[in-house]
Amino acid sequence: MIGAQWVYWLAGAFFLSAGIQVARDRHHAKRWTSAAFWLLLGASFFYGSFVHGRSGGMPAAGSWPAWPLGLAAIAMACIAGLGLTSPGAVRTTSEAEREASAARKRNLLFVPALTIPVVTVAFSAGLSRVAIDGRPLLARGQETLVGLGAAAAIALIVGAVALRPRDPFVAFREGRRLLESIGWAVLLPQMLGVLGGLFTQAGVGGQVGAIAQHLVPEHSRILAVLVYALGMAAFTIAMGNAFAAFPIMTAAVGWPVLVQHLHAHPAPTFAIGMLAGYCGTLCTPMAANFNLVPPALLEMNDKYGQIKVQIPTAAALFVVNVALLLVLPFL
Amino acid sequence: MSLLGVLIVVAGFALRFNPLLVVTVAGIVSALLAGMTPLQILDAFGTGFSDSRSISLAFIVLPVIGLAERYGLQQRAKTLIGRAARLTAGRLLLLYLFVRQVAAALGLTSIGGVAQMVRPVIYPMAEGAVMRAHGKHLPASVTEAVKAHSAAADTVGAFFGEDVFVAIGAVLLITGYVDANYHLKLDALQIAIWALPTAVAAFVIHGWRLLRLDGTLAAMVRDSAGEGELKA
Repeated sequence: MIGAQWVYWLAGAFFLSAGIQVARDRHHAKRWTSAAFWLLLGASFFYGSFVHGRSGGMPAAGSWPAWPLGLAAIAMACIAGLGLTSPGAVRTTSEAEREASAARKRNLLFVPALTIPVVTVAFSAGLSRVAIDGRPLLARGQETLVGLGAAAAIALIVGAVALRPRDPFVAFREGRRLLESIGWAVLLPQMLGVLGGLFTQAGVGGQVGAIAQHLVPEHSRILAVLVYALGMAAFTIAMGNAFAAFPIMTAAVGWPVLVQHLHAHPAPTFAIGMLAGYCGTLCTPMAANFNLVPPALLEMNDKYGQIKVQIPTAAALFVVNVALLLVLPFL
Repeated sequence: MSLLGVLIVVAGFALRFNPLLVVTVAGIVSALLAGMTPLQILDAFGTGFSDSRSISLAFIVLPVIGLAERYGLQQRAKTLIGRAARLTAGRLLLLYLFVRQVAAALGLTSIGGVAQMVRPVIYPMAEGAVMRAHGKHLPASVTEAVKAHSAAADTVGAFFGEDVFVAIGAVLLITGYVDANYHLKLDALQIAIWALPTAVAAFVIHGWRLLRLDGTLAAMVRDSAGEGELKA
């Protein structure tokens, strides 16, 4: 049975390769702190496989303590959060070289990129049904992750064959370039995941849930859906990120009221609930990279001009999401 | 009291502290309020980090994307979209919304984006189309509207396209969080499928507004011309 563990190691190896490149880059402005960040991130992807978590694949008996990983996570957050990382100058092709290359390679350029979704879907839809000696080939619930790992590996080979780079490791240099340009934001989704877990343990969901339950009379599907969707949108507007709102509102209303109490089907409830939050993202300056950077790049006079254009779409789409939440999870 | 963690997040983001620090401090404070010892807090960060690793798996495609970019992927995509130059501003942005949404749904979020696509290609083409219809001297309000709609088409397309791609943050965050906290085994593909109706609705709603954009822009040009005559 093939599980997701090796995909985590593949990702860990990629982060380590970025860290090693940064450590060897003498011209890097923040060489050692940046290298430490990426090396720690890479190492924690390996270490994490031996910690017995709820989704971990290792048996509890042979597991390693979790606290060193926690220390590493906080260390990474501090390194990146205090601005001690920066992107280095990675040598890549010039605009003119890319134009010339694009004219030569034409649509062949799309092949490696298109390989990724094709292989991922083939794994999660096709190979997930394959069984050997009655045991499934891919671990249940992890088909898509395994598919993504295979897709990344296969696409790299396809890319090497189709584009014929002189140096086969050039892809990892380009990967490091993109990774460093994303910077500290690489870590944020995972830290928000950690925060969600801590909120749950601290009983935040229970508190917001207690407030929400005052608002939600027992068995009122309409009010429960409204509180869940409005809460997602409002929290997202406040925090600029639906990912931060999701754990809170799901722990408060989505799980206890909608799924457990009113027997909503979990997959559509959570999928559409998240999208109700996306409607909030379209309306908030807190989501600066989506809503404030573009007007700056386009040299607009009104820096809230894009948000103003997006609000009518967000409002209409929010109504659609509420309607969908009222129907689809209860089919 | 345990809501203090939420308050820290809201205040920290509002005061523009680095989100990583805000989230870490909010987590530690929440854990202390829950009565956890320092070792338990570190353990919680460790298991939480290990359990949420799937969110970050999306980054393993970066080497391939970087490789294709090195050989001119963005330039090729620009060439293809540039062939649609005969369209009006509204229809051009509708087409871009469609391409952006479909590409993001296939996980190709690096095709498009304001820096790579909108500023160099989409916005100039859209403004060129308006100029073809209304002359070279556009009122500033029209230029602003074209810019705002170009950026909005990109963001709406990216948001409501990538939500149906199985290997992107949102879908993996949902399955990762729910599986870790509620002991479910949700498959990412299921989440992506239930996001489809909203993705279609986003295209219909925003697309309909883009189709009306040409009329709106024409009215804006007429209005400002009328004002100009009155002043003269």
